[in-house]
Amino acid sequence: MILSRTLLKRHTVLPGFDLALGFALLYLSLIVLIPLSAAFLKTFTLSWGQFVDATTTPRVLASYRLTFGASFLAALLNAFFGLIVAWVLVRYSFPAKRLIDALVDLPFALPTAVAGIALTAIYAQNGWIGQWLPFKVSFTPLGVWVALVFIGLPFVVRTLQPVLEDVNRELEEAAATLGASRWQTFSKVIFPILMPALLTGFALALARALGEYGSVIFIAGNMPMISEITPLLIITKLEQYDYAGATAIAVVMLVASFALLLVINLLQAWARKRQGGL
Amino acid sequence: MTATSFALPAPPAAPAAAGLGPRALRNATTEPPWVQRLLIGLALVFMTLFLFVPLATVFFEAFKKGVDVYLAAITEADALSAIKLTLIATGISVPLNLAFGVAAAWAITKFDFRGKSVLLTLIDLPFSVSPVIAGLIYVLIFGLQGWFGEWLRDHDLKIIFAVPGIVLATVFVTFPFIARELIPLMQAQGIEQEEAARVLGAGGWQIFWRVTLPNIKWALLYGVILCNARAMGEFGAVSVVSGHIRGQTNTMPLHIEIVYNEYQFAAAFAVASLLAALALVTLVLKYIIEQRVKHQNRSDGDRAE
Repeated sequence: MILSRTLLKRHTVLPGFDLALGFALLYLSLIVLIPLSAAFLKTFTLSWGQFVDATTTPRVLASYRLTFGASFLAALLNAFFGLIVAWVLVRYSFPAKRLIDALVDLPFALPTAVAGIALTAIYAQNGWIGQWLPFKVSFTPLGVWVALVFIGLPFVVRTLQPVLEDVNRELEEAAATLGASRWQTFSKVIFPILMPALLTGFALALARALGEYGSVIFIAGNMPMISEITPLLIITKLEQYDYAGATAIAVVMLVASFALLLVINLLQAWARKRQGGL
Repeated sequence: MTATSFALPAPPAAPAAAGLGPRALRNATTEPPWVQRLLIGLALVFMTLFLFVPLATVFFEAFKKGVDVYLAAITEADALSAIKLTLIATGISVPLNLAFGVAAAWAITKFDFRGKSVLLTLIDLPFSVSPVIAGLIYVLIFGLQGWFGEWLRDHDLKIIFAVPGIVLATVFVTFPFIARELIPLMQAQGIEQEEAARVLGAGGWQIFWRVTLPNIKWALLYGVILCNARAMGEFGAVSVVSGHIRGQTNTMPLHIEIVYNEYQFAAAFAVASLLAALALVTLVLKYIIEQRVKHQNRSDGDRAE
């Protein structure tokens, strides 16, 4: 009763608001909000100096560089190839297209540990792909990047597909009748329409990659300073019973992810506005 | 926006296109065949390197040493207890998230209230939290040094390094899935049907079972399937809270890790192949459900006309 009286903006005939919202808020608080606040509260047991020390040792800094760098480059490759895959799936017809379309979601459904051992086997020096490459992939930072490309693959494709399907063909016809070449039509007419969705997909892939653990630890080799990702460092600290140190690094990662979540929300609002205007 | 919202004049108005006929016009909005083949080729090479080969490898490596080794690996006592624990954890966490998903979607899509967009963002929060951190926060609360650590020890209760911790971590990681499937669909369907049922005298649960549920059953089913696949495969969060006690707190993905680190590759891939098969079943069901939804939308559209 309290909920409906204070929160509802207008009268409604439908029942169940108090029960539904009450349960949702209780569950959200118990499972997500209170536990997450525990991480922030735990860091308050550290002084500011201790916090800075815990989160800026050379080993931690090296892990940030690897995690953020590899995630960024993986999301970048996914943005490029995701655009091509989405384009091909929406615009062209070729054999087994539906099957390939369905398999794009595989990284969502395949457990990360399974992906991790499979990628390690393939890109090892005696693996199916690794043996043809002149450089090492498994057990190097490059391996981290490969794993992050895999898990980020569906995001760009799936955010672009609906937008691409909605692109008004008349705009392209208009551009063509006005004398634009096909490349000009793509770069000046279609690409600007896709831009918000492309950036959203990129940011989603980046956010997913930043926190990824399961697929990376098998292929990375996990050498401190070289191929150790930040989530692994958190686990290492936990295993040494350094709870405050682990939590301090976790808070840095959480702040980065929340900032990214905010950017994603802004991008989606922008995309909606763009699509509404077309 | 003015440049994009103008109405297109009739095609023959442009003199350049007038004499070329429909063939030239069609070509003007597609790419030359060689560009098409190049792009399809690039897409397929990329998908092959990063998707198809890894998937095939799982099954190839699993059966490399023969069916006997495969069967022995998945019927070994530790593997069976890992499978059992995974089923228990999934069996508890999916219904919990289902109840939350339906409640949250009902409140968000059927009512207009203050703070709705904040709630939507908060539901997405677990997506952007690293699984490792998801495990860590429960250790901070229920671990020996945590908020309730001493109280739990005094009452001889175990959450961390035991099944309840594994369930909690799984619930956190799969938290948004069902709600995220339901909200956009129920938003699009509006509230007219429910209001009509209400005016005709239906009670709350009657409205839900007879009006809302039939409309959302496919999205609901897909949400449950996806949530199930993610719950069974969760690794990072569960790894932090499980303690890796063989035969007791190992789920399937953790069992894979242990066996793999002991260089029993065939056995690791054998258990992995079960999870990969589950992933494939999930994708097949998703495809079937999408076709159903398309079909349903089409027949709804026909009826409307």
